[in-house]
Amino acid sequence: MMRSLGIVAALGVVVAGIVAFGLAPREVTQGNVQRIMYVHVPAIGVAYLAFILVFVASITYLWTRAPEADHIAHAATEVGVLFLGVNIATGAIWGKPTWGTWWTWDARLTSAAILFVVFVGYLLVRRMTDDHERGARFAAVVGIVGALNIPLVHFSVYWWRALHQPPTFLKPGPAAASASIGWSLLVCFAGLALLGAYFVTKRYAVLRAHQQASA
Amino acid sequence: MRFVRRTWAVVRKDVLIERRTKETVNAVVFFSVLLLFVFEFTLGADRERLAAVLPGLLWLAVLLAALLGLGRTFVLERENDCWEALLLTPGDKGAVYVGKLAGNGLLMALVETIVLLLFTLFLNVDVAGALPGLLLVLALGTVGIAAVGTLFGAMTAHVRARELLFPVLLLPALVPVLLAIVRSTEALLAGESLGTVDHWLKLLVAADVIYVVAGLLTFDVLLEG
Repeated sequence: MMRSLGIVAALGVVVAGIVAFGLAPREVTQGNVQRIMYVHVPAIGVAYLAFILVFVASITYLWTRAPEADHIAHAATEVGVLFLGVNIATGAIWGKPTWGTWWTWDARLTSAAILFVVFVGYLLVRRMTDDHERGARFAAVVGIVGALNIPLVHFSVYWWRALHQPPTFLKPGPAAASASIGWSLLVCFAGLALLGAYFVTKRYAVLRAHQQASA
Repeated sequence: MRFVRRTWAVVRKDVLIERRTKETVNAVVFFSVLLLFVFEFTLGADRERLAAVLPGLLWLAVLLAALLGLGRTFVLERENDCWEALLLTPGDKGAVYVGKLAGNGLLMALVETIVLLLFTLFLNVDVAGALPGLLLVLALGTVGIAAVGTLFGAMTAHVRARELLFPVLLLPALVPVLLAIVRSTEALLAGESLGTVDHWLKLLVAADVIYVVAGLLTFDVLLEG
């Protein structure tokens, strides 16, 4: 099961690479730099999916105290932090030639950065708690508060300042990007989402084996 | 009714301990006075410049004092071996949370009063005109900071390197509250009415409700130790 998911994920990433570097059209104003978007945009999508999973799994863990739920939350946090890190890094690399700066305190950059530190905090709590079961409980609370905080962070930072080019997708009105770029992004999102799912299942298996070995 | 009585018992106990030892209050108040000096030394004595960043400084002082004070809320219970007693409290453990939250709110209110007085005195700013609105913002902000601080304080009392982990967890979680209070304080001190900052006030109310409810629901889990 996990092996087949791994193979599908590998295929998905290869297809995404072909689409991003080969099939997708060269963007008129930004040139090839725009191709970073095929990693940047899907990565934040996968990260958000992972954090939704953390939220649900954390609540399930506190409710049922099933170690499996905790393993899922733990694995999903690691994957979410990884993909969010990729998103922030690729954003900076794209921002340098396009905006002329690596970083700016724009609304969406800031909320991504805050989200990143919140969930790094989740991983730190686990690390710094000696008792494993206690660490799981504490981390679940951090995960729940962190996820509930996402909308608050979003609005507060948005009102604070909004400079980012407005979202290209998920907004009313005709799409700003051409259809072929949209389709390419969708393919890349599918590829990265499969990769993320594979990482989560793999980490889950390792965490469970670890727990069984130490029990 | 029982809930209120239990909450009151926790508040009374904490206030009594604090009144007799004066440990946290003395240290935190003195710390916030020191911060004023530090701000003065690092930013220079230029009044104009200080006045321009005043809302930020004001809240920075409150926040840093809160980091010190709130982190100690539950350390006291551990040091005095009272954790089991808290755990044995009959009924809803939410009462313990609200009691601790109220105690922390009182401590922060004290610090805020002193900081505000000192700032008006030393930096020569006139807050009298903006005071009613400012009090509302202070109250809403204090509830938010204390709600998350109390929750994470209960957690980090059990963690290695808690002095380190407490701010690392608390600061990012408080970004929305911090932005809201600093921006609205800024607007109010500039002489604008409460109506111009009502989106921030709504955000503060929403944040307070979310944090307190999340705290009430998850506190049991943390009290297990």
